[in-house]
Amino acid sequence: MELNPQQLVFYLFALLTIGSAVVVVTIRNIVYAAFSLMVTLFSIAGLYVFLQADFLAATQVIVYVGGILVLILFGVMMTSGSLDLKLKLERGQLFWGGVVSLTIFGLLLSVITNTPQWENVDIGASQEPTTRKIGEMIMKEEYLLPFEIASILLLVALIGAALISRKEVRDE
Amino acid sequence: MLTDYLPILLLLVFAIGFAAVNLALTHLIGPKKSTQAKLSVYESGVQPVGDTRQRISIRFGLIAMLFIIFDIEVVFLYPWAIVFKKFTENSGYFILIEMLVFIGILFLGYIYAWKKGGLSWD
Amino acid sequence: MDLPLNVLIISSLIKIVVVVHILLIGVMGMILAERKVSGWIQDRHGPNRVGPWGILQPIADGIKFLLKEDLVPDHVDKPVYLLAPAIILVPALVTCGVVPFGSSITVSGYEIPLQIADINIGVLYILAITSLGVYGVVLGAWASNNKYSLLGGLRSSAQMISYELTLGLSLIGVLILSSSLSLREIAIQQGSYPWTWNFLIHFPAFLAFTTAAFAETNRLPFDLAEAEQELVGGYHTEYSSMKFAMYFMAEYMHMIVGSAVAVTLFFGGWQFFGLETVGGPFWSGLISVGIFFVKTAFFLFVFIWVRWTLPRFRYDQLMNLGWKFLLPITLASIVVTATVWAFTQSKVLVGILNVVVACIVVAIVSTTLVMTREPEPVEDRGILSFTKESSS
Repeated sequence: MELNPQQLVFYLFALLTIGSAVVVVTIRNIVYAAFSLMVTLFSIAGLYVFLQADFLAATQVIVYVGGILVLILFGVMMTSGSLDLKLKLERGQLFWGGVVSLTIFGLLLSVITNTPQWENVDIGASQEPTTRKIGEMIMKEEYLLPFEIASILLLVALIGAALISRKEVRDE
Repeated sequence: MLTDYLPILLLLVFAIGFAAVNLALTHLIGPKKSTQAKLSVYESGVQPVGDTRQRISIRFGLIAMLFIIFDIEVVFLYPWAIVFKKFTENSGYFILIEMLVFIGILFLGYIYAWKKGGLSWD
Repeated sequence: MDLPLNVLIISSLIKIVVVVHILLIGVMGMILAERKVSGWIQDRHGPNRVGPWGILQPIADGIKFLLKEDLVPDHVDKPVYLLAPAIILVPALVTCGVVPFGSSITVSGYEIPLQIADINIGVLYILAITSLGVYGVVLGAWASNNKYSLLGGLRSSAQMISYELTLGLSLIGVLILSSSLSLREIAIQQGSYPWTWNFLIHFPAFLAFTTAAFAETNRLPFDLAEAEQELVGGYHTEYSSMKFAMYFMAEYMHMIVGSAVAVTLFFGGWQFFGLETVGGPFWSGLISVGIFFVKTAFFLFVFIWVRWTLPRFRYDQLMNLGWKFLLPITLASIVVTATVWAFTQSKVLVGILNVVVACIVVAIVSTTLVMTREPEPVEDRGILSFTKESSS
């Protein structure tokens, strides 16, 4: 198989994604795992660029890398007491963890194989920017309700966050 | 469109190379005369007491949580802002009301968090 | 953007090398300027020994950094400790990729835009890369295994994510009226006369953006992360030699790129009274670059000026400013811009009402804060109470 430069870069990103994801689940040091997760999430953003989903790529970095991973790091620092905590598997964890991940894997596999228009697209072809398209779709009727419900979801999360932390502070 | 990102990739490679060269150069050029005192924890000359790895305040976690929630709101606002002008010309005030509802709901949460003291650092 | 691929690659490589070097020279210039201006503000000479008027001082600094011992203390987490300076330097360098520093230049028939990459999500790209900056701080602080570092890193990361929100929200007003995420597009739309630039239309948002940019760089008055008097150096306490210099360079690069972005989004980019169109297709490009640099330099001067003028915030004041003042102000600015535009389509009215509403928001928030303030608890303050008694 001939590899053109574009494919080479794509496979580099794919390798980076999978490799760092493997490190996340195998490494014992929890901060290394979080760091590795950052590489995973970042290279997924790179893959989004290849899918011409530029808005999604930027959002991936802003929300996941810039927000959620910081929360994970803070969470690790808040709860563990010792950051050198080594992750250990208890008996039974391996079994139930395996069941859950295999179920999810099967689900994803069935989605991938059942998607009808799953075909290779010429990635060199020019497409219109996605941000505008997403904006138009949210603002028309079809995705209006999910959009407003998303704000309710965020409201619930906000209230929850405010409540939880207040209780903790009072306990101190 | 993909070629638009090619310079970014080149820049990324260049930046990583620059950082690596910096780290390597200082390692190669600098003298190596380490003593026990140099290698110990720097706490202004005082002997370190206790462990560094202690629990941190939950405030930091709360700030991170609030940040994610508002960050997602910001992400939703971007596509809206881009199409706003076009939509007001075609279909009137619908897009305005829609976003006012969105911002309004989150603003309620913001007020609640404020009242609960989630925004103050005391 | 219809350059052939080989021209695109060669021109971007040249642009990358030139821009990165300009950035590095800019960092050196800023180091000198910072010390000269601070000397001037404090009525003293500043550096004047190395070279004429001390202009070789940054080079001497650089050589000294390079020749210092590459110390890796025993107690650090070695891999992360060595990676952290790279993690903070790379985003700082990569941010400059979408900033248009001039119009365009025509070389042997090809019109080459003076910008490394004109991607159509430019503004989001800036925000995304900025949000990576927090990792160099958190990981460096954690890996150092030092109490000062950890405290400084935590303070700094919480501060950076808080002000990132303001950074993101303050740009939305601009985007509503420009309908584009491309920095080049936004700069061009502002036109070449100061009274049509965005900072007048979105004045509160502009102030919020500048404040957030200050906070993102961890400089005074937002330098709690490295408050020398209490935390030695903050998150880079355990770093020496070039590794410390990388943190230092990243801070100055953030300042330079932040100023450049502010110029692009709020001050019309490289345009100034039509001066950027003077001369042929080659010279006008160079003139536009010159205009852009002068505007950016002005912003950088403000950075230094503020640093040597204002005292440091307290941490609760810092969080109050971010969450209770800037956040409502930027939200109000979005609502006002959208509403006024939908009803009147007048930029003048948007500009005026933005300022009026921002003033109202500040008034409401400050009244609320004053009304709900709890009385100061009377407590034994140790040595402070002693001095108070003895002085009275």
